[in-house]
Amino acid sequence: MKNYEIRLSGSGGQGLILASIILARAAVIDKRHVTQTQSYGPESRGGSSRADVIISDREIYYPEAMNFNCLLALTQEACDKYLFDLREDGILIVDTTYVKNIALAADNTYELPFTDIAIERLGSAISTNILALGFLVRLTKVVKEESLATSLKLSVKPAFVDLNLKALEIGYDLADQYMSGSKK
Amino acid sequence: MSKAKENTKTAAPKAKAKPKAKATEAEVKVPGPLEELEQKHERKNVLMQGNEAVAYGALDAGCNFFAGYPITPSTEIAEILARELPKRGGVFIQMEDEIASICAITGASLAGAKALTATSGPGFSLMQEGIGFAKITETPCVVVNVQRAGPSTGMPTSPSQADIMQARWGSHGDSPAIVLYPDSVKESYELTIRAINLSEKYRTCVVLLLDEVIGHMRESVLLPDLRNTRVISRIKPNVPPHWYKHYDKDQKYLSPLASYGEGYRFHVTGLTHDALGFPTNKPAEGAEMMARLRNKITYNIRDLVQIESHQMEDATIAIFAAGITARSAKAAVAMARSEGIKLGLLRPLTIWPFPDEAVRKMLQDVEAVIVPELNQGQFIREIKRLTRDKSEGTVVGLTKVNGQMLTPNEILSKVKEVM
Repeated sequence: MKNYEIRLSGSGGQGLILASIILARAAVIDKRHVTQTQSYGPESRGGSSRADVIISDREIYYPEAMNFNCLLALTQEACDKYLFDLREDGILIVDTTYVKNIALAADNTYELPFTDIAIERLGSAISTNILALGFLVRLTKVVKEESLATSLKLSVKPAFVDLNLKALEIGYDLADQYMSGSKK
Repeated sequence: MSKAKENTKTAAPKAKAKPKAKATEAEVKVPGPLEELEQKHERKNVLMQGNEAVAYGALDAGCNFFAGYPITPSTEIAEILARELPKRGGVFIQMEDEIASICAITGASLAGAKALTATSGPGFSLMQEGIGFAKITETPCVVVNVQRAGPSTGMPTSPSQADIMQARWGSHGDSPAIVLYPDSVKESYELTIRAINLSEKYRTCVVLLLDEVIGHMRESVLLPDLRNTRVISRIKPNVPPHWYKHYDKDQKYLSPLASYGEGYRFHVTGLTHDALGFPTNKPAEGAEMMARLRNKITYNIRDLVQIESHQMEDATIAIFAAGITARSAKAAVAMARSEGIKLGLLRPLTIWPFPDEAVRKMLQDVEAVIVPELNQGQFIREIKRLTRDKSEGTVVGLTKVNGQMLTPNEILSKVKEVM
């Protein structure tokens, strides 16, 4: 398999870098080559933020995603900025809580109000990142789900493990529902 | 005269390190968090950040003293060492600034510690005088500079390779320099150990340059087995205290180093000094001191220089690049090869002393050389110096200073331009 490139994008504070670390660690558990890079401004909240994960069976040279196989956009700005670097056959996942317009309709576009769902089902927006990650992984199968759960347990504070595992499950369910045609 | 003897923790050879005949074996304990993670999952790959690799590399090389002033993008190094050093009986001090930091590690080293500090461009500038002091007093220490973009405070979270010349010439007075430059998380770990080893062996301040991307990047890393890792410690004097010379001369200028508090008396000054360390203005003694500083590098250049040759065997066009830019270049080489272009890469792991001999030899037969770098043209000065026989227009630079990496496509386009 060639490089599988994923970009998680949105704004600082949405937990995208953490989500990318969890995804990358899951790939390591799967014994795959992986690089995880990030780009963010000096601010920890508010500014634009993105994280890239590249998963491969061979050594990865250039560590930044160039033509994504999958793009997750949690804000309108991120969607506008990165959409054009998505491959033709790439998967676009957007959070319709914040993304209102998609400039270019990709063949594989998945639109769900992840933030609203997180607030509704988990009581706060804090786990939106993991919920969306669960959706992404069930959809793309880029890492094994048990590896993702193991990675999550290693990557978040013990007090937040249960909440995040629950968020993962919701993400998986949403993907199943979406794929079987009943959108939420 | 004392023999050059090394205290090594283990003697098994590492991939790039030459095994030393005089190495003595001893048990290594240090099962760090890395090993714990590996054992937990019964595998050796871990996900690790570049800065994390530097911190654990430092610990595994026996670093027991850190003084620093945390700065993006190097902060994680201080953060991890603040947590880990006290657990292992080491010392972590957050200083008031970088001038104090370099002075503190120099002082700690004179008292016997293996000392390291980590900073970024703005702090590296402040440290230059202290680095010169460590060099003239031949005090082992390591400065890690995780480079960020721009002059002054620039772009704290963006990459740049603009401190290449500063790492060589930043301190006044024509001092020698050993500067290492990794291109991956794994190599950040290995070269941190090597930086500490070289600082101990050559009694000097060694600089480890990292790119912001490598400092912050996480990668799957297969760490080298700790039991196979060579750890070098400074040679201790074996003469009675009244015979001890702080700057003793032996054949390779690797003289023993006593620590304060061990009963040896010696004088340490930033002034030009004689073999006992006392200030001197005598031309002969001044010349001798400068020769010492120079010769310990030039006489040992083969031990210091490491360079990677990537697909150079049949290359007609070569790229010379270090650090993160070499990663872009490797991707460009793969792309070029798939199009039938014979492209290769030369990548220095030691950038100072500059690998003159290897570069000259390896670039001898290529038709063109591309030098991509995240600055306005620093490495290319060295490459041009070494390729004077090549015709005009065959050594071409490619620079970028907007806080972004050079992409493989940008490098490949440049290659096609010169073809």
